[in-house]
Amino acid sequence: MFRNQYDTDVTTWSPAGRLFQVEYAMEAVKQGSAAIGLRSKTHVVLACVNKANSELSSHQKKIFKVDDHIGVAIAGLTADGRVLSRYMRSECINHSFTYESPLPVGRLVVQLADKAQVCTQRSWKRPFGVGLLVGGLDESGAHLYYNCPSGNYFEYQAFAIGSRSQAAKTYLERRFENFVDSSREDLIRDALIATRETLQGEKLRSSICTVAVLGVGEPFQILDQETVQQLIDKFELVGEEETPAAEPDADAAAAAAADADEGGAAEQGGGAEPGPAAEQGAAPMDI
Amino acid sequence: MAGTGEIRSCSDGGLCKSAGKRLTTEFLSCIKCQVKLTKQQANWSPYDNGGSCVAVAGADYCVVAADTRMSSGYNILTRDYSKICKLADKCVMASSGFQADVKALQKLLAARHLIYQHQHNKQMSCPAMAQLLSNTLYYKRFFPYYSFNVLGGLDSEGKGCVFTYDAVGSYEKVGYSSQGSGSTLIMPFLDNQLKSPSPLLLPALDAVTPLSESEAVDLVKTVFASATERDIYTGDKLEIVIINAEGIRREYMELRKD
Repeated sequence: MFRNQYDTDVTTWSPAGRLFQVEYAMEAVKQGSAAIGLRSKTHVVLACVNKANSELSSHQKKIFKVDDHIGVAIAGLTADGRVLSRYMRSECINHSFTYESPLPVGRLVVQLADKAQVCTQRSWKRPFGVGLLVGGLDESGAHLYYNCPSGNYFEYQAFAIGSRSQAAKTYLERRFENFVDSSREDLIRDALIATRETLQGEKLRSSICTVAVLGVGEPFQILDQETVQQLIDKFELVGEEETPAAEPDADAAAAAAADADEGGAAEQGGGAEPGPAAEQGAAPMDI
Repeated sequence: MAGTGEIRSCSDGGLCKSAGKRLTTEFLSCIKCQVKLTKQQANWSPYDNGGSCVAVAGADYCVVAADTRMSSGYNILTRDYSKICKLADKCVMASSGFQADVKALQKLLAARHLIYQHQHNKQMSCPAMAQLLSNTLYYKRFFPYYSFNVLGGLDSEGKGCVFTYDAVGSYEKVGYSSQGSGSTLIMPFLDNQLKSPSPLLLPALDAVTPLSESEAVDLVKTVFASATERDIYTGDKLEIVIINAEGIRREYMELRKD
């Protein structure tokens, strides 16, 4: 794995035409804990796994609000991610100030990508070690982009980055064709299931994941732990997810979704809890 | 035309004996004529859109009000322009003066508030916004915002507070205040009704009025009705914003249109 001769500087090409420092930066993204994004025509959901270093410490913040209509989930060097979020917020505020309208997401990601590219072509800089899943809403609908340390960016229907993200990607690849017309609830459900995939058997609890939603008529918000736990309880079938077991649950979820849609707010709690699920789901007094 | 000695004659006109003679002083007229000369200047300025604003603080509420007339000289530009802007959850600013500068100031403060929210994960308190406004105004000390502001809201304990400013950021926390073209008419009346204890007293006395919320609103309506009578730049409609623990609500009252 070590290509020692040509990997000292980002400004040194290898004979095969590769910039190893940039590739190493992309490795850093793969080492970070997972972040997942999905979008429908009207909503974008971002989810991430929060792993704290120890039971004593708090977990790192990986999802940031950039503006009412844009949010970002990061994986990799979270410090770099924090700095880039600050940049994105600043750009959104300046655009709003000058043009009295929200910054289109597509423009923001290009600016981000250009910023990342600069760091791949200066001898005194290093590439950013963070991958960003930028979710946003503009006049042309909901969008999800992935920004690489290399300065590339791509638009996705759904994507996952970070460690063990392949499991989530496999799940998303199976289901992504349905996402365009998904309801908000189904989208969140898929995000939570994809997050669970990355945990490789560990139980999904709201204390180790963060979910954020934004969409038409709904400014970006990070769902609070209680809401997330209730959603997990509603959607979680102990063990498998998929088709057969999913049918009856989808009905219950659809019924609850109808109520929740009218309510509009993030609170799903309400009626649809079956008794036993509520008991086992009651957020465990963690740590 | 000062100092160069290029002036050929006294500007007073043909009557002066110095006409046709070169003046060596830097004055426009010779010394004798200067005593008689009175330069006439127009006092009308386009950089003033008129209007008045008032704020009154209570124990658990704050009332901020401004008329909705925008004028330029002797013309009315519109009868329906809001001079009041919500800066934060419990903080509202009313500004009179040059509305273009007011608009720029409001946008700047809104952007700064957004930055604050990103950094601190909470809304700015009224006293914090008061300091920010003062700093923002002083930043342009040598090309000021032509904006005369009153800031009203609830402090972190839920008590009403009013801050009054001049154009370059000098500010003070008071129990009530007015700014704008009608302030010379309004302020003495408010002093009469709400006399604030001096901020120099020790121990410090509470400046907020003991009036109830509805009494304060009535007082404000009375005050504007009177100011409208005599100040040509104040009138059309009164916009009243009331901030209390429940939130912010708006009321309107018609004023004389002449």
